[in-house]
Amino acid sequence: MALWTDATDADTVAGVPARFVAAPASTEEAAAVLRDAVRDDLAVVVRGGGTKLDWGMPPRRLDLIVDTRRLTGVVEHAAGDLIVVLRAGTPLDGLDLAGQQLALDSPVPGATVGGAVATATSGPRRQLYGTARDLLIGMTVVRPDGRVAHAGGKVVKNVAGYDLGKLFTGSYGTLGLITECAFRLHPRPGVSALVLRTAPATEIGALLAAVRAEQVVPSAVEIDAPAEGPVTLAVLVEGTATGVRDRAARLEKVLGGQATDEFPSWWGRYPWDRVGMKLTVPLSHVPDLLTAGVAIRGSAGTGVLYADAPVESAPTVVERLRATAVRAGGHAVVLTAPQPVREIVDMWGPVAGLTLMRRVKDRFDPGHRFAPGRFVGGI
Amino acid sequence: MTTLDVLAARLRAELGADRIVNDRQELRTYECDGLAHYKVIPGLVVLPRDAAECARTVRACVEAGVPFVARGSGTGLSGGALPHAEGVLIVTSKMRAIVEVAPDDERAVVEPGVINLHVTRAATPHGYYYAPDPSSQQICSIGGNVAENSGGAHCLKYGFTTNHVTGAQVVTPDGELVELGGRAPDTPGYDLLGAFVGSEGTLGIATRVTVRLTRLPESVRTLLAAFPSTDQAGAATSAIIAAGVVPAAIEMMDALAIEAAEAAVACGYPAGAGAVLIVELDGPAAEVGAQFDQVTALCEANGAFELRIAADPAERALFWKGRKSAFAAVGRISPDYIVQDGVIPRTALPEVLHRIGEVSRAHGVRVANVFHAGDGNLHPLVLFDDAVPGEAERAEEVSGAIIDLCIEYGGSITGEHGVGMDKARYMPRMFTDDDLETMHLLRCAFDPAGLANPGKIFPTPRLCGEVPRRHRAGEPTPADLF
Repeated sequence: MALWTDATDADTVAGVPARFVAAPASTEEAAAVLRDAVRDDLAVVVRGGGTKLDWGMPPRRLDLIVDTRRLTGVVEHAAGDLIVVLRAGTPLDGLDLAGQQLALDSPVPGATVGGAVATATSGPRRQLYGTARDLLIGMTVVRPDGRVAHAGGKVVKNVAGYDLGKLFTGSYGTLGLITECAFRLHPRPGVSALVLRTAPATEIGALLAAVRAEQVVPSAVEIDAPAEGPVTLAVLVEGTATGVRDRAARLEKVLGGQATDEFPSWWGRYPWDRVGMKLTVPLSHVPDLLTAGVAIRGSAGTGVLYADAPVESAPTVVERLRATAVRAGGHAVVLTAPQPVREIVDMWGPVAGLTLMRRVKDRFDPGHRFAPGRFVGGI
Repeated sequence: MTTLDVLAARLRAELGADRIVNDRQELRTYECDGLAHYKVIPGLVVLPRDAAECARTVRACVEAGVPFVARGSGTGLSGGALPHAEGVLIVTSKMRAIVEVAPDDERAVVEPGVINLHVTRAATPHGYYYAPDPSSQQICSIGGNVAENSGGAHCLKYGFTTNHVTGAQVVTPDGELVELGGRAPDTPGYDLLGAFVGSEGTLGIATRVTVRLTRLPESVRTLLAAFPSTDQAGAATSAIIAAGVVPAAIEMMDALAIEAAEAAVACGYPAGAGAVLIVELDGPAAEVGAQFDQVTALCEANGAFELRIAADPAERALFWKGRKSAFAAVGRISPDYIVQDGVIPRTALPEVLHRIGEVSRAHGVRVANVFHAGDGNLHPLVLFDDAVPGEAERAEEVSGAIIDLCIEYGGSITGEHGVGMDKARYMPRMFTDDDLETMHLLRCAFDPAGLANPGKIFPTPRLCGEVPRRHRAGEPTPADLF
């Protein structure tokens, strides 16, 4: 019996149609699907919530979409140990972990655990909690050859063997199928407050330095810079009632801003319309990005920002922002863009260590059947 | 001339005679790392002064087909830096420059031989510190920390080396210098840095490391709580975690470990304690104040009979002195001992401690327990006298049984000391054949010839084989892309 069904018109990846769709409900079923895919030499793309399928380059070849919509649920939540094991297709929104949280913000509604890990997305609270790579403590994957492998475990502290979870985090589905992830959890803070300050772009550098100088341990330091006009800085503190009151008051003072418990509508959302970029720079260079004449938003406290490049001027804007970021020691990646723009811009920009990356790909997926061409350097 | 003689002559010519050690007596000083019962005299020792020299050394090894092992300060406790008798030991102790401290970027760039604590010392005047603090931080090197993904007492809140390293220049096992990660976060492409950190020298040698600096906490408060038993101290730990508090550290010592620490450093812990907890909170003063009261109340509610609050940094240092000296301190109460490192889910702590007690009694071998209670990382110290026939074997059995308990309870065979030479044999108890084979794929991508620290991590030698690459029509070759 075939472990997949025929694809419909909706089953495309960045414009490339698939022939089949499989929706395994367990790691074992997924392994059976992938073993058959080896037999039939099928090119595979993994799909979770489908919220970022337009990211990266279109696959060079596509036969089978492995959909994780049946691979859902909490395998284990050990509250006393502050860990959770989740199946990859579980939506990140609406996870019910009692008084605890998986502190991984999803910038797009509807994203799954597996999709967020595979693309290494992050949100405002990466400032305090880190990103998927930092929260992940274990992973189960099915390799392109259909074999099941585990790395890490269910305890937070563990250095046994290679940390393959980090290798798979942000690998865009090019190394195999992630079926389960174990994460460390954090207690849900009792109280939070946001301090907002709107100022001209030229003053943001000094304001960010002022936030760093205060020892208030913010959970997020975000900026929202429209293409023109003043920039809004928003600093989040979380903790106990007394603590948060004191910390917010100090931030109000140094920022000349106002505390609120209302999050602005842009909080934790990408700023782009059609061409979306991710910019990373060392902290002291964050202000360099604010005068480019395009909308920029993101984590100023960690140096990870997102830009909305206008379709018409995309090649010029990409080039300019990339030059600024690379000069500063960072990177500029075009995450998504309409096909005509993809054809004329370099989506990934310069990547160091490509030779090693290709060698990793060749070992894990020697037939280049998993998301071929979607990743850096044509991997 | 042997292959090593030829290699030594080549490196002497290329790097200078002062970079090479091949006098038998001198070589002997490198025969072991912190796990001193494994000893192998290296074939040759090279002390490169910079990344280029390190890369040339590795290239020379590759061309000669000679294995190489990297060593920092040699404080590792799993035999990760155990030399190879027919190989080269590359020691980073001459690469000790703090290249840059950049508080505005919250980064420091250092050479691999730089001592962990020296990074914090360099950053502190700017209001920052380097968070990972293994107990050996006064002597261990950053390069070694990267290789082992070192933790420390404060990783409960702040994470491990891997969470604090953003970039590394690495000599690959081919002798190439590559940059993994960087000064900015989220480098595009595979997270090779994430895979490299903790790879125990089997994927190459870090020659420059970019670390994240953390803002100094405004307030640090430390509590020493004495309990009648480890059960009660364990219950207090659970209660603190359940209350939603994330302390910077929660450390526990049992009666035997306390006895040893008193004998060694006279830390003055409360008399008659079956267990002590050191709980440290740090952060904004107002937060720490509120949570400290909560922690104090929870310790009392769970049977603490004496609470001491560090009044000043000196008293805080005294609390920590007992804990940080615990490994060496057992030397005062036992001629020989094994330091074990295993992890269990924290909630299993009381049960596992009872099981360890049973094993200890059944074998007639004393076990002192010291651990990072917050994250379930146990460091049982198995005491024995090598002069008494059969004791070493019995101690080894107890030590192995403790690791079995860690696996039985769903934990790990190592929380921070690494697999190295010592625990390679336990890997198949924690991982399936397919798991290990998958890890080996990564190894082969970096080191197909298997020359970088062979014999560590993996229980049995594996060969890599050729990659059955199939080129497809329409698929760009690397040459097309650049």
